Amino acid sequence: MNTDKKELAVAALRDGTVIDHIPSAALFNAVRFLDLEKLPKAVTIGYNLASKKLGRKGIIKVADTFFDDAVLNRIAIVAPNAVVNTIRDFEVVDKKRVQLPDSLIDIVRCNNPKCITNNEPMRTRFDVVERGDDTHDVKLRCHYCNHTVDGLDAHFK
Amino acid sequence: MSSTGAHSFVSIAQASKEQIEELLKRSAYFEQHPNSELLKGRVVATLFFEPSTRTRLSFETAVNRLGGRVIGFSDASTSSTSKGETLNDTIRMVANYADLIVMRHYLEGAAQWASEVSSVPVVNAGDGANQHPSQTMLDLYSILKTQGRLEDLTITMVGDLKYGRTVHSLLQAMKHFRPRFRFVASHELAMPEEYLRFCRENGIEYEEHLEFSPEVIAESDIIYMTRVQRERFADPLEYEKVKDLYTLRKSMLEGAKPNLKILHPLPRVNEIDRDVDECPEAYYFEQARNGLFARQAIITDALGIELPEQ
Ligand SMILES: [Zn+2]
Repeated sequence: MNTDKKELAVAALRDGTVIDHIPSAALFNAVRFLDLEKLPKAVTIGYNLASKKLGRKGIIKVADTFFDDAVLNRIAIVAPNAVVNTIRDFEVVDKKRVQLPDSLIDIVRCNNPKCITNNEPMRTRFDVVERGDDTHDVKLRCHYCNHTVDGLDAHFK
Repeated sequence: MSSTGAHSFVSIAQASKEQIEELLKRSAYFEQHPNSELLKGRVVATLFFEPSTRTRLSFETAVNRLGGRVIGFSDASTSSTSKGETLNDTIRMVANYADLIVMRHYLEGAAQWASEVSSVPVVNAGDGANQHPSQTMLDLYSILKTQGRLEDLTITMVGDLKYGRTVHSLLQAMKHFRPRFRFVASHELAMPEEYLRFCRENGIEYEEHLEFSPEVIAESDIIYMTRVQRERFADPLEYEKVKDLYTLRKSMLEGAKPNLKILHPLPRVNEIDRDVDECPEAYYFEQARNGLFARQAIITDALGIELPEQ
């Protein structure tokens, strides 16, 4: 194989999803949010690629898979400016920014061990108190105990 | 949630200015009319999953003086939670019997959750380190009563500003009334950045002081003292060093304004010297008495009960 690294990173996708503009520090959180480990499809993950805007960025490509918006928007918790490209027959047919909802129902677990949500069978709810950008973290506040957590430190339920 | 304006009272931060003013108006009414039959025929459940005799007695006295009846428990070890029942199940069960639930719980967010599953209004009597809004209402009523207004006051908070949930709630509630804050605490127990940011975002003037100085006392309308607890300090020597720095003594009140009042959520340990108790500025015992009126206000408001025309 003589495929060089650069070519691999930009390897063409016939059908699928390309998620771009992810800060490197957020990449592996984003991978976890999409539950990619269980996906029986070709997944390419680019880490620490050069980027004019971000310095270093990450990129995720998933072949033959189109995610629900609700799933994609979870990425906004760690990468509020991530861009989702939908590819069909080698063409970008749709390009959109992820959207951070005002509140996240049963997605994030509270980091406070004394929070009711960690001691009772119930759904969690977090409200977005700071929306974040490329350099500032998203901030979430637990609707129940009022503890705040940075997007990058948020744990999945 | 039941109809006719009944609603839960879980957190002071969620309360609007109008709601706070309504509760203060009601507190003043109950100070004039402490005994009534406004709750005649109604049952209030006091569920104390964590014991707190002081708070429970205050709420139960409030119900009794309003002519209502009380059911409940004062300690989770005697309740169904000790058998592993979820809070959801306990609340739904009790909501069948009572018209209002007053609850205290060791878990943070418990009252909010209870208010979401209960078919009757829920009043939060403290949920762990999170909220204790009836304390805040009695603090606000005490300030209003002693100063004649809530607007444009200089409020000095002293002691444990890091863990003290009463000062955090009071700070949030005062945002409607253009306060000036002076925060007096050691580095270890300083006001958390989150609340300093809250002040900046709401255009509230504040200063932080390490020293409990005559200058700070001289400009204060209210001094809100809090307990500095030994167990908050990683280093016991550090505690010994600071504990006396934030003790208020009679001699320190010489240059105070004539309207100055000293508040403390009680119980106190040694942060207010006993020689202050006889000073006209000492208000902490009357403050506790105001808790009864504030709780009568909260209970009747939560049930949507109109007060008689005066
Ligand atoms: Zn929580």
